[in-house]
Amino acid sequence: MSIRVEHLNHIYGDGTVYEQYALRDVNFEIQDGEFVGLIGHTGSGKSTLIQHLNGLLKASSGAIYYNGENIYGEGYDMRALRSKVGLVFQYPEHQLFEVDVFSDVCFGPKNQGLSKEEIEERAKDALRQVGLDEKFWEQSPFELSGGQKRRVAIAGVLAMKPEVLILDEPTAGLDPKGRDEILDELTALHRDKHMTIILVSHSMEDIARYADRIMVMNHGEKVFDGPPRQVFHHYRELERIGLAAPQITYIIHELRDHGVPIDPDLITVEEARDAILALLGKAEEKEEKGKDKAE
Amino acid sequence: MIRDITLGQYYPVDSVIHRMDPRTKLFGTMVFIISLFLANSIVAYAVATVFLILAVRISKVPFKFIVRGLKAVVFLLLISVSFNMFLTPGEPIFQIGFLKLTWEGLRTAGFMALRLIYLVLGSSIMTLTTTPNELTDGLERSLGFLNKVGVPVHEISMMMSIALRFIPILIEETDKIMKAQMARGADFETGNLIQKAKSMVPLLVPLFISAFRRATDLAMAMEARCYHGGEGRTKMKPLKYEKRDRIAYLVYIVYLVLVILLRK
Repeated sequence: MSIRVEHLNHIYGDGTVYEQYALRDVNFEIQDGEFVGLIGHTGSGKSTLIQHLNGLLKASSGAIYYNGENIYGEGYDMRALRSKVGLVFQYPEHQLFEVDVFSDVCFGPKNQGLSKEEIEERAKDALRQVGLDEKFWEQSPFELSGGQKRRVAIAGVLAMKPEVLILDEPTAGLDPKGRDEILDELTALHRDKHMTIILVSHSMEDIARYADRIMVMNHGEKVFDGPPRQVFHHYRELERIGLAAPQITYIIHELRDHGVPIDPDLITVEEARDAILALLGKAEEKEEKGKDKAE
Repeated sequence: MIRDITLGQYYPVDSVIHRMDPRTKLFGTMVFIISLFLANSIVAYAVATVFLILAVRISKVPFKFIVRGLKAVVFLLLISVSFNMFLTPGEPIFQIGFLKLTWEGLRTAGFMALRLIYLVLGSSIMTLTTTPNELTDGLERSLGFLNKVGVPVHEISMMMSIALRFIPILIEETDKIMKAQMARGADFETGNLIQKAKSMVPLLVPLFISAFRRATDLAMAMEARCYHGGEGRTKMKPLKYEKRDRIAYLVYIVYLVLVILLRK
């Protein structure tokens, strides 16, 4: 069970003056149950790439295999693929259209042709998974707050019970609390349901905290791919392509430049805090020992 | 998908025609259209052809881009040509039933076809070399005299340029919403008419909501920048005639006179 992408190219406006490579020779394989962070600055091809993964865009050349099957193969069922690979677009709340929250979430499973009981069961499950209180279910989605709308929209995709969930900047425009809640819910899905998650984001902090693999895109090409610690080693190259490592990486490197023997692979604030405290503890011990000798 | 439709279809290259004042181009298009209706001899059409080819060459727009505009009128062209061919009275070449192919008919049909094709080509040169904003700007200035009879020229042209500006935005939005609903298993292609109409609801509702949201946002942004209609409003790039515009007007006059002289 995996997604395998081979030599994927996508050209916009092929054969006109506006011709532009959106993706250039992209290769990778994502295994079941991975949590992948996809990062890149605006226009780097992230959004184009994820739309290929569920067949919304067709590549100019190259192949994509889902569970070993070529999705461009003859007779491949694209609609079935779309229910297995769920895609939550940027600002997904703009796609709500039903009279109440519950029916909107039912839209996906209804298109899958399930029975009424099954549809409702799935919608309820999905709404609980995103933590939306039951009192909102009968309301119009347009009366909810921004964060709540976003949850409804994510539930709308979850209700289809996808095996892979792709989210394009699911936290854009949310306050820190809303952001953390949504990301925590994603982690729970990943942990408890073993869902494969691909998270597109601008925030290195978020990705460092949640993803166990990072892919970096630049000008339509995949430039880095690996565990966060490894990718953040290249923080100078990341800067050159308009990105940055998490802020804590800079502090750690600054400390090392000043001769503090701290581990350069720390990527979250919590890890760095513990490491610094441990170092301080040792330093104090040394100082005290020194004092003892002097006396 | 939808993004491939070229609307507004400005072709961004740098040429003398691109740099011309939009009023000059508007006027030129008008002169060309008038000349097409005045011309009734082969020589006059030859002059028009030369004028058109020169304009295309100077504009640096590839010919196949300009010809693309013809697709829209192919049907109209076919109908008018066949009507003219068979229903013009005169000396018959051959006859099938009541349909009579005449020399006169062939002639009128030929001119008719040329006229239509040139009309489309001529006006596409204008739209391909002028941004929609310049165009409305030019229209606003050229029609400024209508203000005196109470026509709100500025407001109308502002609405026009906003509408034009919103076409690509709404196309993109439609594309996005369509994809998002397709990701949820929506199907826009199959089914009978009623099913198809029904399947549009998940597309149209969000589209309308977003159009209204954008409209209120834009109105707010305009008010925040003290927009209050055309009165006393100055331009960042006021339209000004340059030497090339004066030369162009001269060319128009020479051309028009030539066409009139060559009439039969």
